[in-house]
Amino acid sequence: MTATAPTAEAAARKSSPGAARGPRRPGRIRRVGLPYLLLLPAVLLELLVHLVPMVIGIVMSFKELTQFYIRDWGTAPWAGLDNYKVSVDFDAPVGAALLHSFFVTVAFTVLSVGLCWLLGTAAAICLQDTFRGRGLLRALFLVPYALPVYAAVITWVFMFQHDNGLVNHVLHDQLGLTDKPSFWLIGDNSFFALLTVSVWKGWPFAFLIVMAGLQNIPRELYEAAALDGAGMIQQVRRITLPSLRPVNQVLVLVLFLWTFNDFNTPFVLFGKAAPEAADLISVHIYQASFVTWNFGTGSAMSVLLLLFLLAVTGVYLVLTSRGRRTAP
Amino acid sequence: MAPPRSFLWSRRIFLTLLAGFVLIPVYVMISSSLKPLADVTGTFRWLPSEVTIRPYIDIWSTVPLARYFVNSLIVAGAATVCSVVIAVFSAYAVSRHTFRGKRVFTVTVLSTQMFPGILFLLPLFLIYVNIGNATGIALFGSRGGLILTYLTFSLPFSIWMLIGYFDSVPRDLDEAALVDGCGPLGALFRVVVPAAIPGIVAVAVYAFMTAWGEVLFASVMTNDTTRTLAVGLQGYSTLNDVYWNQIMAASLVVSVPVVAGFLLLQRYLVAGLTAGAVK
Repeated sequence: MTATAPTAEAAARKSSPGAARGPRRPGRIRRVGLPYLLLLPAVLLELLVHLVPMVIGIVMSFKELTQFYIRDWGTAPWAGLDNYKVSVDFDAPVGAALLHSFFVTVAFTVLSVGLCWLLGTAAAICLQDTFRGRGLLRALFLVPYALPVYAAVITWVFMFQHDNGLVNHVLHDQLGLTDKPSFWLIGDNSFFALLTVSVWKGWPFAFLIVMAGLQNIPRELYEAAALDGAGMIQQVRRITLPSLRPVNQVLVLVLFLWTFNDFNTPFVLFGKAAPEAADLISVHIYQASFVTWNFGTGSAMSVLLLLFLLAVTGVYLVLTSRGRRTAP
Repeated sequence: MAPPRSFLWSRRIFLTLLAGFVLIPVYVMISSSLKPLADVTGTFRWLPSEVTIRPYIDIWSTVPLARYFVNSLIVAGAATVCSVVIAVFSAYAVSRHTFRGKRVFTVTVLSTQMFPGILFLLPLFLIYVNIGNATGIALFGSRGGLILTYLTFSLPFSIWMLIGYFDSVPRDLDEAALVDGCGPLGALFRVVVPAAIPGIVAVAVYAFMTAWGEVLFASVMTNDTTRTLAVGLQGYSTLNDVYWNQIMAASLVVSVPVVAGFLLLQRYLVAGLTAGAVK
């Protein structure tokens, strides 16, 4: 899904005008219309699956859309800004729960993205030069990423079971670190359970991207630095990390959007109602809409989420592009 | 220059720990799938008390796994084919032509990728219900309807990836074909597509993989007959029993095709990501 944004940015830069136009030919009119003809199916589908639903979503957020109006949502009475007021009234239950869910999501996203990046970068640097077993490790590290989400997460659900799970068996029975077996999928521990699964599933993507980025750093840079007497750590600090900066900027943005919007992991881990400590925003909106059947409020929450994501992405892009301009 | 000894040791320790972290769930999945039920309902054991392939036989009858498999195959396959075919045309247009509205198109496609799926789920759900009520066409609960929802993520992604791949095919190649009398579509299918085949295959595998693992739309937009694997695996936990050994066996069975495909083709994927992200 979001995994594609890196290509995206590069293509966006390329798409700026300046590409050479061929010499004029007899078939010029056909050729001028051609790009539009080629785009037609994609544009129609984009309208159908993205733009129309988005407009409807925005309209829905201004309607009093409960289960009574689902069969014919057009007839639902207008609610004005009520759905938004309910969503941001942080003293009332609905707003308070949304705010809580927002903070949980932010904390979860920051920790998960940070850990994914750290593990991915460290592993990519460790596998930079050739040694025996490198190819095997590389393939192995990509397995969590390739596994279908539900199959991977369901395995973690099994491992986190209270009575017959591996985690309690190791922590309590074998290492004796806890007094009694803990609950991992309910209560406060659920946050760490979710974080563990998310990092396990997500870090290989960082690994993949950083590995691709490392391939583009010229070897001569390292050789020159080695001649000048720079050690391993200095080489990583002075060459590897600065050279990876453009890659990292895209990577962190992609990981952020991906983690922040993640629905699959918490949904398979906890089911329709996540424990309070791990109530990510996607599942929260799902629950508001499809469990309590309040589509109007659910839509208003979706629109607020979208505005937040747009704002963060915008600020991030401005900040990183400024960094790029002033960087040597 | 050989790296210092201290680095070699810390690297060895780090990679071992990381491999352990990655592998333990995989080991649990494989070993539990070969255990008798008594082994997975009691205290966790690292080794099976006896190795049995019974779970692999039972998974097909406890839930209609074969039907879920076929549903997943049809939905993920159709979504992949649709989005890759349509993306080939639009990526070619973006990569090789200049035209008005190109920026609007590319920015729109890029931005729809960052939107959460939940944003499209609610409206699409209502649209399907209303179309069903008005015309009798059952999009809600049908495979066709689910395929359409999968295009919300697979189409923009395929377009982006293919623009990157097509850009890496030298322009001279298809310009030569145009000079030799090929039409633009001839140049696309005789030159650009063959040259970008590894990329197209990688995009297809990746789109398929994402659709194969999708849970959100599948859990809302399917019914008993169109259920996909993502939802169907929940059937192994009943009120009385949770057949963990069968769940692990089924997870393994549904994972093997995509993991194998991914590992075989990840080289191309890395190449594509490099082309896009690093240039």
